[in-house]
Amino acid sequence: MSAIPLSHYLTFAATLFTIGVFGIFLNRKNVIVILMSIELILLAVNINFVAFSAALGDLLGQIFAMFILTVAAAEAAIGLAIVVVYFRNRGSIEVEDINLMRG
Amino acid sequence: MPALDLVPLLPEVVLAVAALVLLLLGAASERRTRTSETSGEAAAIVTPLVVAALLVAAVLAAVLDKTPGLVLGGHFRFDGFAAVLKVLVLVAAAASLLLVSSYQEDERIDRFEFPLLALFSAIGMSLMVSAESLLGLYMALELQSLPLYVMAAFQRDRLRASEAGLKYFVLGALASGMLLYGCSLVYGFAGTLAFSELAAQFGPGAPQGMPIGVLVGLVFVIAGLAFKLAAVPFHMWTPDVYEGAPTSTTAFLAAAPKLAALGLAVRLLSGPFADWAPQWQQVIVLLAVASMLLGAFAGLVQTNIKRLMAYSGIANIGFALVGVAAGTNEGIEAALVYMIIYIVMVLGAFGCILAMRREGRYVEEIAELAGLSQRRPLMAAALALLMFSLAGIPPLAGFFGKYFVFLAAVRADLVWLAVLGLLASVVAAYYYLRIVKLIYFDPAAEPFEPPAAPGLQIVTALSVVFVLGFVVVPGPVFAAARLAAAALAR
Repeated sequence: MSAIPLSHYLTFAATLFTIGVFGIFLNRKNVIVILMSIELILLAVNINFVAFSAALGDLLGQIFAMFILTVAAAEAAIGLAIVVVYFRNRGSIEVEDINLMRG
Repeated sequence: MPALDLVPLLPEVVLAVAALVLLLLGAASERRTRTSETSGEAAAIVTPLVVAALLVAAVLAAVLDKTPGLVLGGHFRFDGFAAVLKVLVLVAAAASLLLVSSYQEDERIDRFEFPLLALFSAIGMSLMVSAESLLGLYMALELQSLPLYVMAAFQRDRLRASEAGLKYFVLGALASGMLLYGCSLVYGFAGTLAFSELAAQFGPGAPQGMPIGVLVGLVFVIAGLAFKLAAVPFHMWTPDVYEGAPTSTTAFLAAAPKLAALGLAVRLLSGPFADWAPQWQQVIVLLAVASMLLGAFAGLVQTNIKRLMAYSGIANIGFALVGVAAGTNEGIEAALVYMIIYIVMVLGAFGCILAMRREGRYVEEIAELAGLSQRRPLMAAALALLMFSLAGIPPLAGFFGKYFVFLAAVRADLVWLAVLGLLASVVAAYYYLRIVKLIYFDPAAEPFEPPAAPGLQIVTALSVVFVLGFVVVPGPVFAAARLAAAALAR
């Protein structure tokens, strides 16, 4: 931690977070890419938490990161299950095909 | 290390134990036929037990000692606010389960997992309203959201439902990501997750102002919560999910989770950040104005009644946020009263929507309601009353909800916000009144089949009685809201 300043971690996490958000909105190809982007967002948050936790000398941030990992696993399981159900009905996971209802 | 005191958490403990036991019971009593189609027997056993567990937990929350106390390492807090909202959320969840069981049977999705998912979601909601740290907030919110994603995609063989589930999941996960990113910033710049310590840092007489990092984090957290509330500009998922998901899920989604999310937002904003009201007030005002206007105008062109309810929900969240934006205790009280009334009305409205069944199929077009009064005068009267109430016509309950919210805004010097709200509610009145016109003055369409389920009739009737009777006996609702709001004033 002493070698790399906190700001580097934060910049890195912010970049990852931004890539994740853009991955969800700009991606026109594939739902799996969206799931990957969601993971990216959660990992960016984890880096933030662990970096802050180390900088503050407070363990709670790392505990939070463990909780996020657990929830992310559950979330990925549910997301993949929904994608599988969707694929069975539609026969495609192209993002452009998700257009039955327009909101 | 103090002894583990779980007494204030008794409602959740009861619910969690019930959920696990019923999961086993359901799995044991399910009889699989050759075609792997379930016969619905397990659901018929599990659903009443889930409703009973929810009601027992609600009674427990009501009778528990309401002196504020922290549980689970200070991540959750039980007080008057938590108690009132728990009772409301759990009763609303139980009522929506009662509403939907006949729909589940008719659509052949009466699997026992549905009430159990609803139960898990209800545990999440019940924890949400007593969250006392950012960690508790996040875990409770996820426990509430994850089952809802599954419930939205519950009709596995329907493309519409799976598309709704997919959209809900992606946007919900994005919202959680934003909320978490905000949590991490607040944690990093404030050095704590606990609401009480945040309050001490940013409370009156605090040495430093609010660091910009905390402010940015707070905005991210509000954005994440706005997703869950379906407030504009984070409402994109709402119409599609309401329309695509099975009506049973929509009826569940429209009631209890909204109240829980509002409770969580109020707890966060008026707890640790109460003294920074001017900072977050602008954000909430923006959300309120955008929600009211978009909900009112976009609802005008809808033809599907579930989609209409989605836009109506967006507009109504906007009205409730007007109360929150006032930033006063009175405003919070008004917002809670508003949400209580709204949830009762929405349950009644979905009771009527779930009775729109013709030739063995459920219909969702608004036009199908034409001439309902000639065939089914009672249901027509109930729906008309609920629509009048949603439009805010005195002396029905909906009028008082709006009145007190706008009154709170005016007293907080937000007169223009109240005026905008009034205009939006006039616009929104059009689509509610159009339904009344269809019911009473249009030539009759084919009659609906009479609903068989007593649960649906009872819940709808109770909702109509509430809407009519509120003007006579408004006391209990105001007393509950006052008790809740008083617990928040530190």
